[in-house]
Amino acid sequence: MQLDLLVDQFKKKDPSAFEKLYGMYSENICGVINTIVKNDARSQEICQDVFIKIWNNCDSYNSGKGRFFTWVLNIARNAAIDEIRSRSYKNEKKNLSADYFVGILQHKEEEDTSSVDTKGLRNLIKNLKEKCVQIIELLYFRGYTQKDAAEELEIPIGTVKTRNRSCISQLRDNMVVR
Amino acid sequence: MDVEKYIASGILELYIAGTLSEKENLEIANYAKEYPEIQKEIEAIEASILELSRKASPGYNYSFAALMNRINGEVKVVDINEKRSSPFLSYIGWAASVLLAVGLFWMYQQNQDLKSDIEIVEKQNVDLEQQIADTDSSLEQTQELLNTLRDQNISVIALGGQEVSPTSYAKAYWNKENQKVFIDAKGLPEPPDGFVYQVWSLKLSPLTPTSMGLLEDFAADENKVFALNNPNDSEAFGITLEPAGGSDSPTLEQLYTLGVVAAS
Repeated sequence: MQLDLLVDQFKKKDPSAFEKLYGMYSENICGVINTIVKNDARSQEICQDVFIKIWNNCDSYNSGKGRFFTWVLNIARNAAIDEIRSRSYKNEKKNLSADYFVGILQHKEEEDTSSVDTKGLRNLIKNLKEKCVQIIELLYFRGYTQKDAAEELEIPIGTVKTRNRSCISQLRDNMVVR
Repeated sequence: MDVEKYIASGILELYIAGTLSEKENLEIANYAKEYPEIQKEIEAIEASILELSRKASPGYNYSFAALMNRINGEVKVVDINEKRSSPFLSYIGWAASVLLAVGLFWMYQQNQDLKSDIEIVEKQNVDLEQQIADTDSSLEQTQELLNTLRDQNISVIALGGQEVSPTSYAKAYWNKENQKVFIDAKGLPEPPDGFVYQVWSLKLSPLTPTSMGLLEDFAADENKVFALNNPNDSEAFGITLEPAGGSDSPTLEQLYTLGVVAAS
C-alpha cells in the first residue's frame, strides 16, 4: 500500500516520491536493459533516459497498465530494443538478439571487467533449466506476448503460462534458499 | 472465487511481465485489493524478477541528483528556447520586415519624386528653348523691319489724329518700288469689339478711296506694324474704324488718322 501512495505522489510530480521509486528500481531497470544491450556503460545511459522519460510522462501511468514496476519495465525494454536495433544496423555481425541473458555470464567472464554480480546471478539461476531461462528472458526482458513466446519456443500457447509459473517458482525458491 | 486456483493459473506472473490486456490488468488490480493472498503473491513474483534483474545489472552509478540535474537542464533549455526565441526573434523578424517594407516604399516614393522633377525640368528646358527660338525669330523680324524702314526707297508719311480721336497718330512707310506699305499703328487705340481698322489709299481730286486692307489681330500684334500691298498711286493715306470684315467705302465719321504724301 505504501507503494500505491508513492506512485500517487509521483504522478503529482513529487520529486521526493520519484527519488524513492528511483532508489527502488533504478538498478533493476538497468539490469533489464543490460540483459538486452549487454554493455554496462550504455545500459546505464539508457537507464537514465528511461527514468527521464517516465518522469516526463508520469501522468500516463495508471493501474490499467499493470504494476508500476511493470510499466517502467515495459518502457525500459522498448528503449533497450530500440538501441540494439539501431546498433545491429550499424554492425550486423554483433547482432546479439539470439543471446539469452545467461549470455551475460559467458560474456562477462571473458572480459572480466564487468561489475555484474556474475556469481550471484549464477546462484540465482543455478538449477533453472534452459527452457526456463528462455521463457523468463522472452516474457520479462524481451516483452514477448504469450503467443510470440509460444511460437519462438515451439510450444502450445497454453503451456507458456504454466511453464512460466513453475520457472518463476524455482527462482523464488532459489531466493529463499539463499 | 477460488483464489488458489487463480494464483496457480500463472496469470499473475504474466501480469508482472506486462503481457496482459488493460482489462485484465484492471481486473487483477481489483482482486489484489480484495484478496490479500493475491496481493502477496504479486509482490513475491515481482520481487523475484527484481532480484533477477538486479543480478544482471552492471550496478548503477548515477545519483538521483544527477538525474534531476539532467531533467531540470532539459527543462531549462526548453524554457530558454520558448521564452527567448519565440517572442523576441519573431518580434524582431516582424519589425525588420516592416522596416524593410517602409524603406522600400520610401525609396519608391523618392524615385517617383525624382522622376517627376526631371519631367518638370525637361519641360522647362523645352519652354526656354522655345522662348529662345521665339526671341531669335522676333529679333530677326525686328531687324528685317528695321532694314525695310531704312531702305532708301521708303517714304515716311505721318498720319495725324482727326476729330474722332485727336490724340491718335500713325505712320506709313511706303516702298513704291515693291508696292508695299508698312503701317505703324502704335498710336491708335485698341478697336472696340466687332470693329476693325481699315487702311485706305486716297486720290485727292477727286477724292477717291481705295481699300488697302484691314489691320487684323490688332490687339494681338505686339509691335503694331502691319505690311499691306499698295499698287496705287496714292496721294494720301487714311485709317477708319469699320465693322468687322471691313467696308467697301470708308465711314468718314470714323476717320481716325489721315496723312498726305509729300509731293516728290
